[in-house]
Amino acid sequence: MNMELSRRQFLKTAGAGVAGTTLGAMGFGAIEEAYASTIKPFRLVNTTEVRNTCTYCSVACGILIFSKGNLAKGEKADITHIEGDSDHPTNRGTLCPKGAALLDIVKSETRLQYPMIRRAGSDKFERITWDAALDKIARAFKDDRDANFIAKNKDGVTVNRWTTTGFLAASATTNETAWCTYKTVRSLGMLVFDNQARV
Amino acid sequence: MTNSWTDIRNTDLVVIMGGNAAEAHPCGFKWVTEAKATRGAKLIVVDPRFTRSAAVADYYAPIRQGSDIAFLNGVINYCIANDKVQWDYVKAFTNASYIVKEGFAYQDGLFTGYDAEKRDYNRSTWDYDIGPDGYAVVDDTLQHPRCVWNLLKAHVAQYTPELVERITGTPKDKFLKVASMIAECSSKTKTMTSMYALGWTQHSKGSQNIRTMAMLQLILGNIGVRGGGMNALRGHSNIQGLTDVGLMSNMIPGYLTLPTEREPDFNAYMSTRGFKPLRPNQMSYWQNYKKFFVSFQKAMWGDAATAENNWAFDYLPKLDVPAYDILRAFELMKQGKINNYVCQGFNPMQAFPNRGKLAEALSKLKLLVVMDPLQTETARFWENHGVYNPADTAKIQTEVIQLPTTCFAEDEGSLVNSGRWIQWHWPAGSPPGEARTDAAIMSGIHLRMKELYRKEGGAFPDPILNLTWNYKDPHEPTAVELTKELNGSVLKDVLDPNDPTKKVLEAGKQVASFGVLRDDGSTAAGCWIYSGSYTEAGNMMARRDNSDPDATGAYLKWSFAWPANRRILYNRASCDIDGKPWDPTRKLIEWDGAKWTGYDVPDIAVTAKPQDVGPFIMNPEGVSRLFARGMMREGPFPVHYEPFESPVANLIAPKIRGNPVARVFKDDFAQFAEPASKEFPYAATSYRLTEHFHYWTKNNHVNAVLQPEFFVEISEELAKEKNIANAGWVRVWSKRGSVFAKAYVTKRIRPLMVDGKPVHIVGIPIHWGFVGAAKKGFPANVLTPFVGDANIETPEFKAFLVNIEPSTGPVA
Repeated sequence: MNMELSRRQFLKTAGAGVAGTTLGAMGFGAIEEAYASTIKPFRLVNTTEVRNTCTYCSVACGILIFSKGNLAKGEKADITHIEGDSDHPTNRGTLCPKGAALLDIVKSETRLQYPMIRRAGSDKFERITWDAALDKIARAFKDDRDANFIAKNKDGVTVNRWTTTGFLAASATTNETAWCTYKTVRSLGMLVFDNQARV
Repeated sequence: MTNSWTDIRNTDLVVIMGGNAAEAHPCGFKWVTEAKATRGAKLIVVDPRFTRSAAVADYYAPIRQGSDIAFLNGVINYCIANDKVQWDYVKAFTNASYIVKEGFAYQDGLFTGYDAEKRDYNRSTWDYDIGPDGYAVVDDTLQHPRCVWNLLKAHVAQYTPELVERITGTPKDKFLKVASMIAECSSKTKTMTSMYALGWTQHSKGSQNIRTMAMLQLILGNIGVRGGGMNALRGHSNIQGLTDVGLMSNMIPGYLTLPTEREPDFNAYMSTRGFKPLRPNQMSYWQNYKKFFVSFQKAMWGDAATAENNWAFDYLPKLDVPAYDILRAFELMKQGKINNYVCQGFNPMQAFPNRGKLAEALSKLKLLVVMDPLQTETARFWENHGVYNPADTAKIQTEVIQLPTTCFAEDEGSLVNSGRWIQWHWPAGSPPGEARTDAAIMSGIHLRMKELYRKEGGAFPDPILNLTWNYKDPHEPTAVELTKELNGSVLKDVLDPNDPTKKVLEAGKQVASFGVLRDDGSTAAGCWIYSGSYTEAGNMMARRDNSDPDATGAYLKWSFAWPANRRILYNRASCDIDGKPWDPTRKLIEWDGAKWTGYDVPDIAVTAKPQDVGPFIMNPEGVSRLFARGMMREGPFPVHYEPFESPVANLIAPKIRGNPVARVFKDDFAQFAEPASKEFPYAATSYRLTEHFHYWTKNNHVNAVLQPEFFVEISEELAKEKNIANAGWVRVWSKRGSVFAKAYVTKRIRPLMVDGKPVHIVGIPIHWGFVGAAKKGFPANVLTPFVGDANIETPEFKAFLVNIEPSTGPVA
């Protein structure tokens, strides 16, 4: 009991996932196991298990995410635990110091919650509704595109390009998000278009 | 990667150069450990720092950053001089025997056709002699003085072990040890794998760094075989996918390219993409370009893309420059030529070079939109954080809209790993606050634009109004709907020409592979290389059968690998010219007299005779290229060029500064330190720590605690010379900016003797900024130069010049 308590305190200060391996390496293997065995049934009975992929590097380790509530059933789901997927051929259940701390990035205090706007010259962000934000973006795009779209170049060749608005895509979004983004951006004739693979 | 993470178990020798897998890719590095433990494989690390990969290596050799080509050309020279060549492979599967045009030459660091004004070449002589039959002329005996092999031999002869030592700082004995270990892999039964990452890409000649190793791998016969290959470790979880789906200025999904304005119509566009075979019987797979292109146009614009309007060819924008890459974008922004800019899950204020320039550029925008799950410095570039971000807030007129998005744990879809496995994942949690999926946001923008153009008209509305958007909920397409478009489907029945009562393809069905795509408008596919990923049999990317017959590491039933579920690219080259595996203990595929069988999906047709069809099916030659023709801007063979900021002049071509064809904007040239600068005498490099992931984990308390504070790493020798104490404050500055850091005095970095002079190295880890859970600190991009690779514009983050002095630390 005392040992478990001290472990909990240790976890609190150092962060859950990574500390687990450290403690194991320090020779607390048996306690680790006993502690894990108290959690496991709780986890399996009370949480939903979902398969996912670590968001960091391209080793693409398989992970299992456990949550209270089941999204697939339309419930609200709160993620409680993330661990390596032991069935995955590449990582076979292991995670690195980044992957082991994934829960803390999902739950980071600096996760964005609401659309915000910073007005010209202002020193702060203010709340804005989704509709107002998207309307503003669409208006700005439309006005800029109409003003600066190049239909033909100086030699009279049809070029249909727009180079005064640009789009920088990500590196960790899905292929499906990528395709949805590609369709939207390219159909506007935008050429200032790139993604993080450039770095 | 040509191979996969799990394939590394099959190797005999791992060369980590231009990367640091043990720290940056720990769970993938496990397969190196596995190969060492079970096969007795050896690990070589060549790096300016004694990394944790080096700590578990069998052999470590130091090298000065930015001199990899000199080192590798030296290894190629060593292999040729010592007859360590996989001759059967080189003769059958490379262009060694091809005759190069009269007029091609190399002298003093430059090839024929250089134009110093344009910083570019006329590349017309960089090609083969074409015979009267229309095919490239070859000399199978390799006797012709102008055959690729003899030209290569002459080209690398200069890179002797002595010259390699003088340029790279790698002691001759260490270089020779590495060269001899690598050369052993020219045996048909020994294989080497190359594991590299940003340590090779982030140079003004990054593409040539990688190409040099690829050439060496071909000479050793290590491409297409188990345990071999060129393996880019790749940084982010879907950097491969974002590139596959073509989210770049000049790209169309599946590595098709946008037209330029020199291609005024569809016929002109197609005429440069004909890819006629250069040798008899070759597949030259890009001959199918039109099928993939037309299917893409149909996926985008459906019924509006017709044979009459050349499949809506004019809906695509045409380029006037090679590409509007990010460096060009920020240059244009700085000039006030960009008004609106969107950053989707990307933090360029940290991730791009010369932060001062970036901040100035962002301040000129009218509107900046940031879509991200996390706070970023980019979204807050206007905020004043003292020395960490000295913005003049009131003066910055840019409006910023920051939109909260879901993260990986809250969305569904597929990601492509380094080995091209497309893996599906499912959402597990509800998003925080009002966060939305990126698909919902993009739909919000698209539907609004459509509505505005419908109501108001405006500049060329057709591609917007006609964009296919047939989703159940148009405001938020599902991942399954989108991925089915990427895979492609049949739009119109296709009947069997021999028996019109039979349908070859049935309208409404998902296509099973890209082999059935057509150029007559009867099929649609968003990204042809993904065809086969979501078929009538279901979601192949979600497959989770982890069986691996005979433990080859292929895992054919786990997820789906592009193309065509192939796990090792160019696998035809794992067999000799008669189709027998070079190494029977590492069989991948094999010709059984009638067809190819084995553990992987062959690259060539399953009944293609081994003597006829070469493995390199995307090349019109059917073989690989030791001589790159006109496809690399610097030249068909790699040459050692110094970084733009170098502690020494270029020893082999003293007049050439940096890469002679790299694009440099005018103002940026003025911000480079002179070669061998007295003002900036130290060679700096940037890197990442194992506890951190770029700038993201700055938002994560655990990772922020594990490596809390910005530091720079220097040798004991430099510390002594500059009177710098371990853990004391230092100031480090380049011609572009200045940072304060704690000094970490270490044995892991040591000065190198370069042409008789010591060169000190300063290591600068990346992570810190002014938002997030971590202590505020400086990002490395305050210091780095604004110049990219000559072929693809990846910034030169790995080699630049700084100065350093003891300091009392930043004044807040």
